[in-house]
Amino acid sequence: MPEKDEYRRRPPHGGPGGPGRPGEKPNDFGKAIGQLAAYCKKYLPYILAALVLATAGSVLHIIGPDKLSQITDLIAAGLNGAIDVPAAQAVCWSLVVLYLCSWAFSLLQGQIMAYVTQAVSRGLRSDISRKINRLPLRYFDSTSIGNTLSRVTNDVDTIAQTLNQSLGGMVTAATTFVGVLLMMFTTNGLMAVTAIAASLLGFGLMMTIIAHSQKYFMRQQRELGVINGHIEQTYAGHNVVKVYNGEKGAVAAFREMNRRLYDSAWKSQFMSGLMQPLMGFVGNFGYVSVCIVGALLAMKGQITFGVIVAFMMYVRLFTQPLSQLAQAVTSLQSTAAACERVFEFLNEQEMEDETGKTGQLEKVRGDVEFRHVRFGYTPEKTIIHDFSAQVKAGQKIAIVGPTGAGKTTMVNLLMRFYETDAGEICIDGVPTGSVTRENLRSQFCMVLQDTWLFEGTIRENIVYSKEDVTDEQVVRACKAVGLHHYIMTLPQGYDAVLGDNASLSQGQKQLITIARAMIANAPILILDEATSSVDTRTEALIQSAMDKLMAGRTSFVIAHRLSTIRNADLILVMKDGDIIESGSHQALMAQGGFYAELYNSQFEQAG
Amino acid sequence: MLKIIKYLETKDWGRIFVSLWFIVAQVWLDLRMPDYMSEITRLVQTPGSDMSQILLAGGKMLLCALGSLLSAVIVGYLVAQVAAGLAMRLRERVYSKTMSFSMEEVSGFSTASLITRTTNDINQIQMCVTMGLQAIIKAPIMAVWAIGKIAGKGWAWTAATGGTVLVLVTMLAVLISLTMPRFKAIQRLTDNLNRVTRENLTGLRVVRAYHAEDYQQARFEKANAELTGNHLFTSRAMAFMQPNMTLLMSSLGLAIYWIGLILIDRASGMARLNLFSDMVVFSQYAMQVVMAFMLLTMTFIILPRAAVSAKRINEVLDTRERILDGTVTASPADCQGEVEFRHVSFRYPDAEDDILHDVSFTAHRGETVAFIGSTGSGKSTLINLVPRFYDATEGQVLVDGVDVRRYTQEALHNKLGYVPQRAVMFSGTVASNVTYGENGRAPAGPEEIRRAVAIAQAQEFVSKMEGGYDAPIAQGGTNVSGGQKQRLAIARAVCRQPEIYIFDDSFSALDYKTDRILRKTLREQTSGATSLIVAQRIGTIVDADRIIVLDEGRVVGQGTHRELLKSCPVYLEIAQSQLTKEEIENA
Repeated sequence: MPEKDEYRRRPPHGGPGGPGRPGEKPNDFGKAIGQLAAYCKKYLPYILAALVLATAGSVLHIIGPDKLSQITDLIAAGLNGAIDVPAAQAVCWSLVVLYLCSWAFSLLQGQIMAYVTQAVSRGLRSDISRKINRLPLRYFDSTSIGNTLSRVTNDVDTIAQTLNQSLGGMVTAATTFVGVLLMMFTTNGLMAVTAIAASLLGFGLMMTIIAHSQKYFMRQQRELGVINGHIEQTYAGHNVVKVYNGEKGAVAAFREMNRRLYDSAWKSQFMSGLMQPLMGFVGNFGYVSVCIVGALLAMKGQITFGVIVAFMMYVRLFTQPLSQLAQAVTSLQSTAAACERVFEFLNEQEMEDETGKTGQLEKVRGDVEFRHVRFGYTPEKTIIHDFSAQVKAGQKIAIVGPTGAGKTTMVNLLMRFYETDAGEICIDGVPTGSVTRENLRSQFCMVLQDTWLFEGTIRENIVYSKEDVTDEQVVRACKAVGLHHYIMTLPQGYDAVLGDNASLSQGQKQLITIARAMIANAPILILDEATSSVDTRTEALIQSAMDKLMAGRTSFVIAHRLSTIRNADLILVMKDGDIIESGSHQALMAQGGFYAELYNSQFEQAG
Repeated sequence: MLKIIKYLETKDWGRIFVSLWFIVAQVWLDLRMPDYMSEITRLVQTPGSDMSQILLAGGKMLLCALGSLLSAVIVGYLVAQVAAGLAMRLRERVYSKTMSFSMEEVSGFSTASLITRTTNDINQIQMCVTMGLQAIIKAPIMAVWAIGKIAGKGWAWTAATGGTVLVLVTMLAVLISLTMPRFKAIQRLTDNLNRVTRENLTGLRVVRAYHAEDYQQARFEKANAELTGNHLFTSRAMAFMQPNMTLLMSSLGLAIYWIGLILIDRASGMARLNLFSDMVVFSQYAMQVVMAFMLLTMTFIILPRAAVSAKRINEVLDTRERILDGTVTASPADCQGEVEFRHVSFRYPDAEDDILHDVSFTAHRGETVAFIGSTGSGKSTLINLVPRFYDATEGQVLVDGVDVRRYTQEALHNKLGYVPQRAVMFSGTVASNVTYGENGRAPAGPEEIRRAVAIAQAQEFVSKMEGGYDAPIAQGGTNVSGGQKQRLAIARAVCRQPEIYIFDDSFSALDYKTDRILRKTLREQTSGATSLIVAQRIGTIVDADRIIVLDEGRVVGQGTHRELLKSCPVYLEIAQSQLTKEEIENA
């Protein structure tokens, strides 16, 4: 079975970021965004409303300068005579209305988008979580936990950010861009050309810098990843580094990485710091150009001074959306990449639908039969070739073999975590493939070696998903495994929350999972004996708890303890994934094969 | 935060000093521009003014803009170097400091926390210095200067600007104080959501076996709803920011014009023209003032966060190492490989009680001494005193007849081959992991590596790996199994050819068979080396020369397996739980 991959943190996003942070590139931008759009379909009315509001808001925003220029004109016209105050004031009032409307529109748009964004990301998270429980185990055995986790949080967050900021921003920017363009040309063609030329010049400059800075950002990102990896592993292995005198070497390697990081860090920071002043300059440059050309035209009497004032504003309004759009493109790229990952996961092949299955396991005795089972984790490599065995209700089956021999394969097949390639497994004569997984699994209780508990009360952990369990039953189970007394010493007793204030030893955790299995009270038991992580007294307690649990149940035990193995009715000996021997202890010892060798090696005195 | 500043070098102060002047220059140039604007306005308005004059004013303004850009570039260049340089030095100091820590200090901070302190906290400082240096210097200069420029041009205009600043700052303050706690909650709730998902993923088999998919989903939905609720609140609050800001700025512009309209209407003659150009200029300066205050507010957001990071970094840097080097580099030749505990007691810092009481024993050259006892009996603590992960609270630990505290740590460690409970792998290759560290001799050659790997019973899987000895090992050894990692860790110790081996429960990840063969080979191939073995399984230690039984930090039995079965009840109890009757009787 593939090793479990440990969750590893992604390297943090390059510390001090800035505009132009390198986005991951999606494979198919259109498809990814299309999938997101399809997902957001039920919020379409909201999104459309938001877009209309954004457009309206920015249109009003553009009319503003025009009105201001009217005021200026009115004042300028009256400089040498009487100012038409009522007319000017009327414009002022209309501006007040305009600004307030614009404010209301964009506020409303923001609120709608906030709602949509959160609804969508909540939905995405829910769907991912639900999907986790619908995918076959095969998927997770070949994917790291970190990988799936980062889809639930990082990727969904990235998508949410774009929806929230970029979508509204992009519409506003586009509307503003087109609107200003329109306004400028209707106001004065020559001035418009001047403003556009000046802005484009600056914009070109900016794009060059963004393009150039990408490689430093990428390098910084890489160097950060490298140095964080080094820090993590030398800190985690601190004692080994110390005793092996690796300290000097580690520090020297760190120094080198640190120096490289510095080099890319200051360069990328410098680059990102350039953006704002450059924007300012582009604005000023446009301003001066507009003023000069405007002045020229004004002196020729072709335009009024108000037009210049209007253009002063237009030029600023015009440069803004350009840089906004440029940034939105970068953020859209990483969003598309995030979408790809999220939807790739959501579109993974699910487990076979079983609603049509009519078979039913009821009042199971616990006879288990393997009929010519063939299985391999990959189609190319069959590891169990043709396995047949019969187990009677109440018997004990020990699965033994050296580390990595694939002992969990049997569990995978019994519980249908994986499906057999050929042959079948029958319970009371009913093939397990003919009943639903849910029905099949409810015939099993299971205790695994890596005790799995979740953050919740002790009671919740023991009762788990079983319904209608009385407190009495919980107490009885805990008394049976010898935990009751300890639990009562905890401040909240059975309601103590694991993880927060109740710290349990490894052995006690094991006992809780045994109690959980007792509550489940299914006819067939799967048990993975712990190897050696607990002290002797708890060990004895666990042993007796497991014996109680096994009583009257057909038990499959991944066995490490000699007594378990010797008392088993059937021993399955596994090596390299396959079952190479099976039989009782006596029979296998007499056979003198792999099992005999394995068994003898354990207590033969060394030397 | 101030303490961090002392890590700036003279060169940095030079850079900051130069930046200061360029910032002043930049502000001056930025504020000059409206003057030219007003000149242009005046020229345009005055009939008969020369086009060349306008061009001149425009040219000057453009020069100012260019100068301002240039200053900004220079400041950005210098500040980026200061910030990244400071981050580099801090990172190195924190790292070196952490590497010099002993287990005591490391567990005091916790590894995870030390990692964040070396990475995120320092990034946080770097960001703060970059933004802060510019904002903290620039904002006040700009605010004061711009206010100075507009002061006296009309109280009504000034009042309007002041009012806007006031509203803006209040709004920012309210928004920040409303959302800050929620943002912190989001951090916590995200962790929570991650935890629930991770629990589901790690317990997939259990979840499915108990058909608890819906149960898990319900737990997830609860966490999801909480998180979404907080997210919704903050995004709704933040959605006020942009429209409010736009409204404020636009209103200020309008207010200035409206006020101008009234003022100009009341004035007469030349005063009108002056007021008019003042109005145009004022609207520009007013924006600068507002921007300056916005910048200031931003710094107040960054500063507290950076201050927290700075405090965390300082905590590491200010920690005094407890384990200090001695001076001895060579031990007397006649007693190599000897480990002696003389009346050793040990108490963890801040603990109520001793974990080891008065432990005495001697391991002679070539002997195998094993330690057994229940969890918490102090076995691991005991052998941690040999490599000085901790120092004994009372009594002495002697290696080769010399108190371990008198050795330089390097010399002491050169004698030891230590294999921890959890094997540690570094990213690199099989060979680089086996030859890890220094032992005061020349680096191990291929032959030595092969021998060490063979002794550790790792040759079979190593030869199957692609690239053999040069096969890559991922960080944390995620591409090899637990048992394989453990064997590589043992090979690492063997490759060192130490006088003394320390195995801290290093065999439990191995199956019985491999365990047995490994110990047998180890014994044959490394005769002359002393071994200290902590074990859980009796099978691992039955053949030890001496077994020391610990119970609650006291030695309750010493002897061979056979002797202890008769003389030591604690040992017998352990044996009974692991062995069958016949096996105990046959011993």
